[in-house]
Order: sequence, then C-alpha cells, then structure tokens
Amino acid sequence: MQQRNPNHAEDPRLRAYRPAPGVPDELFDAEGRLRPVWKPFIDQFLGLSPDDIAARFERGDQYLREAGVYFRRYSSDPTQEREWPLSHVPVILGGSEWETICEGLAERADLLDAILADLYGPGRLVADGHLPAELVAGNPQWLRPMVGVEPRGGHYLHYIAFEIGRSPDGSWFVLGDRTQAPSGAGFALENRMATSRVFPEVFSGEHIHRLAGFFRDFRSAIEGLAGRHNGLPRRAGILTPGPANDAYYEHTYIARYLGIPLLEGEDLLVQDGTAMIRTIEGPQPLGVLWRRIDAGFADPLELDPGSQIGTPGLMEAVRLGNLAMVNALGSGILETRAMLAFVPRIAEVLTSKPLKLPNIATWWCGAQAERDYVSENARRMMIGPALAVDLPFDANAATVLGGKFRDNADRPIAEWLDREGPELVGQEAVTLSTTPSWSPTEAGGTLRPRPMTVRVFAARTRHGWSFMPGGYARIGAEADATALGMQRGGMVADVWIVSERPVPQVSLVAPPKVEFRREAQGTLPARAADNLYWLGRYVERCEDAMRLIRAYHLRLAASERRDGPLLVQLESFLDGRGINVDEVVPAVLLDRIAAARGCAAKIRDRFSTDGWLALYDLQKTARGMTETARPGDDAARAMGVLLRKITGFSGLVHENMYRSSGWRFLSAGRALERTDFLASLLSAFTDPEAPYGSLDLAVEVADSVITHQRRYRIETSRDTVVDLLAIDDHNPRAILFQMNELRGLAQALPQARVDGSPAALLRTILPVCTRFEVAAPSDLTLASFEEVRDDLYKISDLLTQTYLR
Amino acid sequence: MLYDLTLAISYSYPVPSVNSRTVMRLTPSSIEGRQVVRSRMIRAEPAPSEKRDTMDFFGNAMTTAVWTEPVEALRLTLTARVERLAPAQELDLSAPLASLPQEISLAQDIGTQSPHHFIAASRRAKPGGAMTEFARDQLRPGMSTLEAVQAIGHALHGIMRFDPDATTVNTPAEEAFDKRHGVCQDFSHIMITCLRGIGIPAGYVSGFLRTRPPPGKPRLEGADAMHAWVRAWAGAEIGWIEFDPTNDRPAGVDHIIVGYGRDYDDVAPVRGALRGFGAQESRQAVDVVPLDDPAAG
Repeated sequence: MQQRNPNHAEDPRLRAYRPAPGVPDELFDAEGRLRPVWKPFIDQFLGLSPDDIAARFERGDQYLREAGVYFRRYSSDPTQEREWPLSHVPVILGGSEWETICEGLAERADLLDAILADLYGPGRLVADGHLPAELVAGNPQWLRPMVGVEPRGGHYLHYIAFEIGRSPDGSWFVLGDRTQAPSGAGFALENRMATSRVFPEVFSGEHIHRLAGFFRDFRSAIEGLAGRHNGLPRRAGILTPGPANDAYYEHTYIARYLGIPLLEGEDLLVQDGTAMIRTIEGPQPLGVLWRRIDAGFADPLELDPGSQIGTPGLMEAVRLGNLAMVNALGSGILETRAMLAFVPRIAEVLTSKPLKLPNIATWWCGAQAERDYVSENARRMMIGPALAVDLPFDANAATVLGGKFRDNADRPIAEWLDREGPELVGQEAVTLSTTPSWSPTEAGGTLRPRPMTVRVFAARTRHGWSFMPGGYARIGAEADATALGMQRGGMVADVWIVSERPVPQVSLVAPPKVEFRREAQGTLPARAADNLYWLGRYVERCEDAMRLIRAYHLRLAASERRDGPLLVQLESFLDGRGINVDEVVPAVLLDRIAAARGCAAKIRDRFSTDGWLALYDLQKTARGMTETARPGDDAARAMGVLLRKITGFSGLVHENMYRSSGWRFLSAGRALERTDFLASLLSAFTDPEAPYGSLDLAVEVADSVITHQRRYRIETSRDTVVDLLAIDDHNPRAILFQMNELRGLAQALPQARVDGSPAALLRTILPVCTRFEVAAPSDLTLASFEEVRDDLYKISDLLTQTYLR
Repeated sequence: MLYDLTLAISYSYPVPSVNSRTVMRLTPSSIEGRQVVRSRMIRAEPAPSEKRDTMDFFGNAMTTAVWTEPVEALRLTLTARVERLAPAQELDLSAPLASLPQEISLAQDIGTQSPHHFIAASRRAKPGGAMTEFARDQLRPGMSTLEAVQAIGHALHGIMRFDPDATTVNTPAEEAFDKRHGVCQDFSHIMITCLRGIGIPAGYVSGFLRTRPPPGKPRLEGADAMHAWVRAWAGAEIGWIEFDPTNDRPAGVDHIIVGYGRDYDDVAPVRGALRGFGAQESRQAVDVVPLDDPAAG
C-alpha cells in the first residue's frame, strides 16, 4: 500500500485511486506523494460537493453541445452523432518537464524534415543501407512526382503532431509521428474552452499556458509561406475533403478561428502554373494550402487518378514552386509504422547523437535478426502491417497481440513471420502512465487512474518550432495501462501546462502588437456562394411547404370535406410542388430540410453555430414528427412548430450575418424563391375560376392576414389580394418588394455594372421591378404571374453563370 | 531500324469542355541501347493556352496542356522519327530465379531503374490469387529468370484470346484473366501480376508497334493503336528485359518505347480532367512505317 498525503488520503474521492504497481502515475509519484503541479487543482476539486461537480461537468458539456462539437463517423445522418467524450479532469504537466519534451520533439521534427529531404532528394539513406529500399519504393505514401521537387519555402514539414506517452521510468517516448495532416488541435481548443468552464477558478490562475499564441504564430507562418504574386499577397487556404470527413467539424472550426478560408478541391483551379481560388470575382492566386486531405487525393492528374476531391494541376503548381503545402505532398511516408524501426539509427547517422526523445521500440521483420527477436518475444509485442500509418492503439492496428492472433486463429506466429516478414513490424507492448479520470458512483463519484497518451502539436515559425502549450489527451476506458488498453476507446481531455512562474496571457481575439486588419471583401469562393444561394432557396422552399401543409390541415380539421373544391384545388397545387398530402410530414419536406442542411454543412465556417444548431434541431424535430403527427389539427400544430423553428433559423442568420457578399447570395436565394412562390400562389388562387375561399387562402399562406385586415378593412377581393401580394412595396410578402430587394442585392455584387451600364443580371431584374411598380391590380393577369416566373428562371441562370461557376 | 511514326487522337465533346487540363505521355525518348529519337513533335488543335514539357519519375516525357476556352473537339497529333536499335545477342545473363530475391535485396536503391518500385502491388497489378498460382505452375526447377519470364508469357499467350471488344481501359486484370480475353493492356497487366506474384519485379511499357509487317510476315496484334508490353528485372547483370505477351515474343526492333511505369496508371497516354458534361468520344490512328524497309517504298 502506498503512502498518501494525509490531507487527501481520507477523501473518499481519492481513496479508490490506486495506480498499479510499476505503472507511473501523473497524480502521485512513486512514493505516493501528490505531485506539486497538481496541488492547486486537487485542493480545489476536493473542496467541491458532488452536486457542485455534477453541475460543473454539465456546464462543460453544455458548452460543447452549444458549440456543436459532436463525434461523427462518415455519415451525414445526425442521429449518428454522439456526445463529445470529454473527460472533465485535465491532464496537468509541469512547465519545466514540458520544456524538456518540446526540446526533444523539436530535435525530432528537424530530423524528420531532413529524412524527407533525403527521400525526395538524393536517396542516400537507402543507398547507404540505413533504410530498406522496399519500405520506400513499395510504400504508397512515397509520392514519385515529388522526387526532385524542392518544396516552396525549403521545408517539407510545417505543422505536425506527435503522440507521446510516459514510460515506467518517468521519461517520455513517441508512439507515432503525425506528418500527413494531423487533426486534433481544433478539438484541443474546444476541450480547453469546455474545461475552463468547468474549472474557471483554477484556470484563471496566471500559471497555465494559453493556446492562442501558438495559433497566432502558426497563422503568420502560413501567411508568410503564401508569398506574393504580381506584387499582391497570395492567399492562404485550408483544403478539406468536405463534410463527409469525420474531422470536418474541426476543419470548419479551425478555419473560423484562424480566419483562413475553408476550401474544397472544386474551389481551386490551376492557371499558368499557379493555384487559384474560384471566387465570385474570378480566380485569385493562392500561395499556400494547409491541407487536411491525404496527399494522394490532391491531384487526380498526377497523383491518385481515382480521386474525386482533388484539383487537376495542383502537383504542377507545387512542382513550379508556386504553391506551398502544409505539409509537403508525400510527407505522410513518415507515419509509416516501419519507419520507427529506423529513425533512431538515422538520427545517429545524421546528427551523430541519439534522439533526446526516443520512439516506441519497433522491429521490421524483413531482416532475419529482427524477425527472430520478434518471434521469440511475441508475447510482449504488437505485430502488425509494416506500412500501416495508424497508431499502435488504434482499433485493428495489430494483427497479433501478446502472442495471439486477434482473429483467434491457431497458427504458429514464427511461420507467419517467416512468410510475410517484410510486410510486418513488431512493436513493444508498452506501458503508459495513468492520470485521474472521474467515474460516477452511487456515492457521488471517484477519481480513478486511467492510461493516457498526449498528442502534441508543433508548427514551424520564423523562430523555429513552436509548440502548442497543451495538447489533446486520450484517456483509456479501463485500468489496463498498456497501449492495448487504449484500443478499447475512451475519452479525451484537456492538457494544462502549469508554469512555475506566471505566464503572459494572449488571445487570438485581441492579439497584442499585431496590426488590426480587416479582410478585404470579394474573396468569397464561388462554391461557397453557390451553397449560400441554395441554402437561401431551400429554407424558403421549406417554409412555403410548411405554410401550405398547415393551411391544408387547418381546413381539413374545420371539417371541410377532402373532396370539397378548395381542398381539391389546394391538394393539386401541393401535388404540383411534389407534396403528397397523405403524408402528414411529407417526404419532400424532409428532403428539402436535408438539402438545406447539406448546403449549410458545406459552409459551416461561414455562419454561426447557433444557426447550424437551429437547422439540426429543425431536422430532428421534423423527423420525429413523421412518427407522431396525425392529420388535421395535430398536423397543423406540428407545422406551426416547424415554422417557428425555421423562421428562428432565418432570423438568426439574417439578423446576425455580416452584410458580406455571402449574405447577399443567401438573401438573393431567399428573395428569388419567395417571389416565385408568390407568383405561383397568385396564379393559382386569384384565378376568377378558382373555388370560393381561394383568396383568403392565398393571403393566409402568404402570412398577410393581419396586414390585409388593417389595410383594406374589407373582405378579400381579387384586387385587394393582388394589390397586397404583388404590388405593395412595403409588404415583404409582395412580388414588388422582393424584386426591389433582389435589385438592391444585385447592385451590390461585383461587376454589377460594366462601364456604367447595368450588366446582364441587373438588366433582367430592372424591367420586372418597373412592370410591377406601374401596374394596377387589374393590369395583372394570370399570364403576368407566369411571365414573372420565366423571368426568375432567367435571373437564376444569369446569377449562376456570372458568379457561381 | 528507322521508323516514321504518326499518331492522331481526336476527341469530341457533346458539351464544350471548359478549363480542361490534360497530361500526355505520348512521345518516345532516347533510351540508351534501345532507341534513338531523331525528331519528335506533338501538336494540338485547337492550340492550348498553356503547354509544359517535363520528365516524370520514370524518365518518361510528359506534356501538360491547358485549354481555358471552351473546347468542342480536340485533335492531338504526334510525329516522330525513331531509330530502334537491335537488341544485343541474347546470351542468357539473367539470374537464376532461385537467387533473384538475394539480387533484389542487394539492389539498395530508389532511383528510376531500381527493381524495388516493381515488386509491391500497384493499383492495377496486385499479385496473389489465381494469377500467382498460374505463374507458379509454369516454373521448372533450375530456371533462369529470363526463362521463367518467357515461359509465363508463352503460357499466357496460349490461354488468352486477343479480343479488342471484350474489355475496356478499366477492366481489372483479375477479370480479364478469369475470362481469358482482352487486349495488350490486359495481357500486360496479367503478366505483370503473375511475375510479381512469384517475386520477379515487373512493370508496364507503353509504346508503338510497326504497323506494316516485313514481307511474308504476319501483321502483329495491337498495331492499330498504342501498344503495351512488359518489362521484368532479371538480376543485376542483365537488368531489365522486355517481353510482349500479346505477340509471345521478346520486345525488339518492332517495338518503339514511349513510357515505363508500374502499370497503366503511370503511363496513361492521355489523362484529362474535364469540367463539363456529357460523354466524350475519341478516335485513334497510328502509323509506324519503317524507312529502311524496301517494302514500305
């Protein structure tokens, strides 16, 4: 039994905290003494009541939910999203220990860059026998088009991560180098936000390092790499595979946080050897891409021909030195597990000294001596594919664990090693350190030791490698402190670096000594504009459908017969819009909501989290209603609920969104869709042949009942309805009002006029406005409404051709 | 043998293609001991807005062209005069198949000619399964690597039927082998897969065949369009040897080399990205005329 600090020993929340023998622990040292770096935190934590703890944890979770941080695996189905598994207790490391870690990792980062320079340059490491040729030439991560290409800026690596763990002797070691496109820094920021809400008192102390400075340095490093083109700065961008990727949330978050546009392959083209962003104002030169896609996908012409997410010509821009990649294409080869078997020796060859921070002991089974060693020691090995790039504790990383095949096959390991040796590596089944994690119990809860690894992020800046002073910790679900224990999934935690001295406070929000800057307008990528435009259209289309369905069910409930003339007319109008009244929540409505959310998902970096969550909520509610809502009053009420939710979304977006070009496209989509709806409504329900009640229905569906009463104080007539819904320039539900809106938006778009004269788009909008401005209600026939619809079709087409391609 | 070579490829697009970018590997280069290129020119109509010539990893000539304006129809024309050298007298200097693994492991090199690029699976030639078994069945004790290559090529030629309509450019080698038919591309991918499966480094060669046979000789299969055959690494002494499984013979004076790669993907003659709609149509015409052949007169 270990000795405990008497102050803490009796606390029920620590009584069960028993690190396993031989396993290092973050909280207590080998003698069972609380490590000083944890003391302020533990003192405060043990002073909290169980209710207090629960309430605080909930505060953190609430933050994550509101920020929209979810876990998602390759699915657009919102029901597949799980709550973010935050372990609320941070991992705490001392400042001087951290400095030692960073020193070792900086040295390692330089070594990795030098290895890449050789693998894509002279190839001495292979020729001199320090690295087997087959691990390079047979490695899909080694990209032949990069051989002989000097990366812009001279370096291959700019932003990398290391997965590290603590050995039984207390020192640190690397479990894997992440050199392709490491994710996690955005999640680390979110973990920090949440954890600082759980423990604001401790966190507000001056001794904990903040994260913002790291990102500020990285942003200026990226912008520095971009360089200039014809005297003007080239732009920087973040290249994402898109919403289907499980780290897409992080991509949008980081893009917003850094103020760097989030781009997909389609957003780019290559002209004159330079990568360009397609924007609503034409192509703009791009100097650097922080890529979050695997290198092979970047260019279907010269890299993986099957890539659907790349940009043809990107490799050419790189080869000509016009585009910097963070990290260089081909850097992923260093993630290969077998590399770890050779990095230590290469370090001694290239730097004449051993690495300060070693990596997990690894043996490549392509050589006889190593193969024999792995075979003899299979019991304490993880054996898996040599060219795999996942981490030792990722699911399915190993084929053989602790001397047994994972598929329980009963065959001799030695034979398997002899046959497939060059394709295999053995890695020591390492023991990790444990750190406190909170487990709820009947008595309130207790801290328990759980194994952990920490992901550390490094960025190349003008002053060398800069490290994010914190990290992304993974916490094992069970007490087993071997790396294998981590395979069974678990939680994530914030990492605090606590300094002996107060640390200067910085934040990205108000960076000191950094020039105030205002991003120039007009850099809106055409694809983002397209998605905003269609988001505007889909949301309006959903709203129209909801109003129509509500009107139908209200009348059904008022015991009107389904075969009465007005309901028949309405049913056929709905049918013309793809809406089947037999479905209370029609499938087409769900499709439209999904389409709106699909557009929104592609531009999540451009509008608020609240807006995103409002759409999520709308979709969830609508799906839920398909099971429960019944025709009549109930359905009408359900549509009322959905209407309030969707107008909530529109309100959030339109009230809060900056009046940028993006907002203009969103609003243009809305105005266009609304005008079209009004025109079709007027055309169907102001027909002199239309059944009794049609005029009231039109006014109701156009949400103008009260206005009609106030303005005309008489019953509806064709003239009052046409007056109100077509030519009233004060009614937002009138054609003229929306056309004027559209005109204003079009005038503010780039190149709205050419040499002083309106360009094609404006030239098409203006006559429609004039027509409705000078018309009297009696002038407007059904044909006039159909004509507007034709005009709108042309306007949408022109808008698309001019800006969205 | 001196050849005049012409190739014409035309494409038409139902909907004009905008901002199209194409990477071409169509032109032969001089290769020591194999061929000397006297002249070569590639022309595109309409003329591209940008054009760049470079060399890829395997030393193949690579041309990138970009058309920024809409293109409705495109015609590529290659003309070249190439001298194909006769292979040196065929003494079998290849390594015994049994000692090939050791020779490979001694070749610690990642340069263009290294056998190591051609051992692992590539996208279109993944060793294993039925093809490896088939290859193993052709081996006899004590064979040299060259003998093994020829035996496998010969056996394949025996069971496979040349059929220009049976497969497409994207038919997997497994399927073509299973159905025992295909064109030179299929023959080559199958043979590469067979060779890799038994540990012989093997790659893909794209090129041209002489279109007019010498008097009294039959016309070779695959001469109407670009052709493909196989190269295999047969040990440090002899290096790479080339074999044409479609015609069951070593590649020689009738074969003009355009590109070397691990499989078709590395040497695709025209790889294009089109931003437009609708299917594209293409036509190809090849003429390879020997200049010093009296029959050509």
